[in-house]
Amino acid sequence: MSSETKQILTTDGIPLEVSLKKAEKKNKIKAFLLVAPLLLFLFITYVFPIGEMFTRSVDDRMVTNMLPKTFKAMEKWDGKELPPEEVFVGFYSDFKVLVENQTQGKLGQRLNKEKNGFNSITKKLMRQIKRNKIDESQSIKEQIMKVHKRWRDVEYWQAIKRTAPPYTMAKYLKGMDMYFAADGSIAQVDEDRRIHRILWLRTLEIALFVTIFCFLMGYPIAHLLATLPMKYSNLLMICVLLPFWTSLLVRTASWMILLQQQGIVNDFFVLIGLVADNNRPEMMYNKVGTYVAMTQILLPFMVLPLYSVMKTISPSLMRAGKSLGGTPFVAFWKVYFPLTIPGIGAGCLLVFILAIGYYITPALVGGASGTLISNQIAYHMKSTLDWSFASAMGLMLLSGVLVIYWIYNKLVGVDNIKLG
Amino acid sequence: MSKNPEFVKFDKVDKSYDGKVLVVKDLQLDIAEGEFITMLGPSGSGKTTCLMMLAGFETPTNGEILLDGKIISNIPPHKRGIGMVFQNYALFPHMTVYENLAFPLRVRKMEKDEIDKKVDKALSMVSLNGFETRMPGQLSGGQQQRVAVARALVFDPAVVLMDEPLGALDKNLRESMQYEIKHIHESIGVTVVYVTHDQSEALTMSNRIAVFNDGKVQQLSNPAELYEKPVNSFVAEFIGENNTFNGEVADISGDECKVKLSNAEIIASAISVKSKGEKTTVSLRPERALIEPSEKMDNMFSGKIEEVIYHGDHTRVRINLLGNPEFILKVPNSTSNLELKVKQDIKIGWNSSDARALDPK
Repeated sequence: MSSETKQILTTDGIPLEVSLKKAEKKNKIKAFLLVAPLLLFLFITYVFPIGEMFTRSVDDRMVTNMLPKTFKAMEKWDGKELPPEEVFVGFYSDFKVLVENQTQGKLGQRLNKEKNGFNSITKKLMRQIKRNKIDESQSIKEQIMKVHKRWRDVEYWQAIKRTAPPYTMAKYLKGMDMYFAADGSIAQVDEDRRIHRILWLRTLEIALFVTIFCFLMGYPIAHLLATLPMKYSNLLMICVLLPFWTSLLVRTASWMILLQQQGIVNDFFVLIGLVADNNRPEMMYNKVGTYVAMTQILLPFMVLPLYSVMKTISPSLMRAGKSLGGTPFVAFWKVYFPLTIPGIGAGCLLVFILAIGYYITPALVGGASGTLISNQIAYHMKSTLDWSFASAMGLMLLSGVLVIYWIYNKLVGVDNIKLG
Repeated sequence: MSKNPEFVKFDKVDKSYDGKVLVVKDLQLDIAEGEFITMLGPSGSGKTTCLMMLAGFETPTNGEILLDGKIISNIPPHKRGIGMVFQNYALFPHMTVYENLAFPLRVRKMEKDEIDKKVDKALSMVSLNGFETRMPGQLSGGQQQRVAVARALVFDPAVVLMDEPLGALDKNLRESMQYEIKHIHESIGVTVVYVTHDQSEALTMSNRIAVFNDGKVQQLSNPAELYEKPVNSFVAEFIGENNTFNGEVADISGDECKVKLSNAEIIASAISVKSKGEKTTVSLRPERALIEPSEKMDNMFSGKIEEVIYHGDHTRVRINLLGNPEFILKVPNSTSNLELKVKQDIKIGWNSSDARALDPK
């Protein structure tokens, strides 16, 4: 840049930077080749599916592709009164192609989701076209309007116009119990039909409490692990890791055996006289079951980061705290606890994020009141086959996790995380 | 102010961790007020255990520890008011230097002004003013060490324990810190119990040294006496360099005795030998034996030089003497340098008062 900065040369007269780059080049290529498989793997299994999910969740090109002429004609229509003749002509010619290809059923289904009643009137129109009842030399508008009275209703045409953009946020709104009203504004669904919002809140609540329970139970265990002599700590470590060696399904099933009304835990309560035999509490197929099973299953994810952090805290720090006059509690609270915060952060974040997307356990022991948003996603994947809605909710979950991560970063700082 | 000679008292203290082996055996030790006492010994000799018992982190298996006449065995560490400097400083890594020093004062619920004053005083004692806002991780090893010392002293404890505090420092820094700690001790007059396995550290710093081995105090005396007059062969071996001859007492009369070696007889002071026929190890400091002595000495023998090693300020000469091929001599580097050659025969002499007949090794 400035004339003051003198270029440093090697003994052979080559600029030092050039020489260094040349020398390092081979290493850099080697390093890149080493990580290349992982990068490729990440791209194929992570970046690509998420991108695919995103397009699927907003993709609304089906109708756009099916009714090109209609939407072209609709561009001039203000959408307030019944559309002019050109729109009907366009729709008629689009629809005729669909009828010839026998794909008009899909259009009917899709439009029916936008507004109830489309299915039957498209079928009726199809029959008219098949029977050649439409005379193309006369006004198409009049003839279509005669097919069914709904074709005379401006709301149905407005619904068609709403499907014109190739992309839509409707699925995301649906995930939050909202929808585009007839005039295009965002409206809330009726109160008794707001199931998703309840599920989101329940998911957050259960994830939060599971994290708290895991922390309360995991902290002493991790402390014990870090301070016990090797002989005992190894044994305890195996006990902590044992759940990892057992199938998740088996563990969940064993909780079902333990928690059901005629199960072992209830038998024990009856035996010690805590509850009456004819009044056994329900401990599964509700939130209790979800809490208990998820806490047990996620506990190692809390214990391990905590352990790895506690292991590095010198016992002399606690001793120093005490010898300086702090009571054992003060020494713990002022010295030990602050040093474990990186582990707490890592453990809580890990457990919370895992819990928020948990699926199998709540599906098996959760019942109606203990299922989470991921169960709803799975339901739409498998039962209703509304993959775009499932994708939208999956992405909402992902962005929720990212938001939590961001908040955590603001509060504690990601550099403070220590996973091992 | 009259000093209490039994300010800290270990009274018949035993300590065992597993119920099988005694780590500390029948420890009887009095520490005077304001004294700098060092517990010196090889690792595993029980010295750190003694310190931990005094600090309250270990309980004696038997016996009592008294501080200023009061039994402290049942007082938890935080109520003993004993300052401690740990091996790896144990500074709180998440607190600044100021907060580290203020910790013992805050838990004592002192006023903010007073805390500031005391922290300032303690920091100036270790010449670290201006470092208040630094984190321990931003300090060098020597600075961390000084913060640890300041923290142990800031709440004016009656006793300060130091557990190998200089172990992690390099040689030069360690030496300057030794003087610094010694000067701090002299200026504030606090009682210091210092643990180390480094004998030179012990010799430079302490008023008295307790040499530990095998759970017992082998000798408790001031540095000079410890070096000049070791009472048994362990102490002689452990402190400084040492030449030994193993033999049998041939004759004993008063302070002196004749010790019969395999091929000669030497005269030594009888320290721990009582009667004829006893086995003994005679100890002699390398600097007390002279080459070709001009004056008359009661032990005069000739040996063969095996090795000459130049050390700058002195030359070490290894000699095969009286069947001991490891006999070491230190020849100071002076102008009248002797011609020393390997395989040369040479006359060695020493006084019987410097050769101490101790227990057999």
